[in-house]
Amino acid sequence: MNRTGVSAGSMGLCSCHACGLVSRAESIFGTAHCPRCDARIHIRKPDSVRRCWALLIAAYILYLPANLLTIMETGSLVNYRKDTIMSGVVHLWKTGSWAISAIVFIASIIVPLFKLIALTLLLVSVKRRSTWWPNQRTRLYRMVELVGRWSMLDIYVVTILAALVQIHSLATVRAGSGAIAFGAVVVLTMFAAQEFDPRLIWDPLTKESEL
Amino acid sequence: MNIHPKPLIACRECDLLQREIPLSPGETSCCSRCGATLYRCSPDSLDRTLALVLAASLLFIIANVYPILSIEIQGDRNATNLYGAVSALWDQDMRSVSFLVFVTTILVPAIELSMMIFILLPLRQQRVPAGIPLLLRILQSIKPWGMVEVFMLGILVSLVKLTDSSSVIPGVALWSFGGLTLMLAAVATSFNPRDVWAHIKTDNAQGAVK
Ligand SMILES: [Zn+2]
Ligand SMILES: [Zn+2]
Repeated sequence: MNRTGVSAGSMGLCSCHACGLVSRAESIFGTAHCPRCDARIHIRKPDSVRRCWALLIAAYILYLPANLLTIMETGSLVNYRKDTIMSGVVHLWKTGSWAISAIVFIASIIVPLFKLIALTLLLVSVKRRSTWWPNQRTRLYRMVELVGRWSMLDIYVVTILAALVQIHSLATVRAGSGAIAFGAVVVLTMFAAQEFDPRLIWDPLTKESEL
Repeated sequence: MNIHPKPLIACRECDLLQREIPLSPGETSCCSRCGATLYRCSPDSLDRTLALVLAASLLFIIANVYPILSIEIQGDRNATNLYGAVSALWDQDMRSVSFLVFVTTILVPAIELSMMIFILLPLRQQRVPAGIPLLLRILQSIKPWGMVEVFMLGILVSLVKLTDSSSVIPGVALWSFGGLTLMLAAVATSFNPRDVWAHIKTDNAQGAVK
């Protein structure tokens, strides 16, 4: 595989993000539009790094309440418990549902953390115009996009349980405020991943080859 | 003007400029630098996709009407369907979370399926309905927010969580969600937006680069 090569951007060409048509990105005034589908076209996603950082920092801030606050309250005749995400995983493990406990642990703890760290790494490497392992970094970005949605798992579980377990005085489940923060983290990291432009990873390589 | 070179294509992930190569059915072309999928050749993909989309729509309706799970504790029963779950969360003052669940499990899949029918049905009769570019663009941008498969896993996790405290009865919607997950995965593999774009003429030829 060749690491360098001519990028469309360096030729003043631009591929439409919607339909993929390659056209000339010539517009000094206003915005250029794709000749086939009329979508706005940009050589690179506008302001990609700044927007991605902003969303990522917001996600980092909400990551704490998402993990520290109660996500689910369970009450029954015999006991009452408040669960954070982690204590829910531990409870599942203790009651012998190891497989499910492992799935929830991966989806709710590992995946959000992986997304935050991976996006930070990508942003820092792009900022420093690193030429280090572009293939692996592109693969990392693909992983972030692929696994991101699975963190919604806990939100769905809380939704189903809160609706179903409503048998007066015998057993009730309520969603806790941690669910709001957790949902926000998932949405923010998904938007952050969408704002990031993986072509930025390859730009330093293209520029080097031109020199 | 019959001998013009194959059109240019730029990789979505690394922006490498390449020329398209002809493919035989079932083949996929990948970027020579980063390995991303550039395009696929799948003949009849539109017909197959339409069939899958119609089946998925039927399952989607069933999955939304019937209860997903019902539980029984000491003779008291309770059941919920998807909309019931969303509105229960809304009533518990979890409006943002309820909205998020509504969008990702009901609204986006419903829009996706109806838009695909609206695009694919006329194309079958060799008609290109107006506004297809806009529809395809919307389809592409809402795609990451349809999360039926994650919800399906959520149902299974809930099922396991409930079994040790009560008796759980799987509802009709549970099976429909399972089927819907498979159908949507099949739609995603078979739908090739490139085939639809091929039906759309380029407005001003000078903008497109040959
Ligand atoms: Zn376009
Ligand atoms: Zn590439």
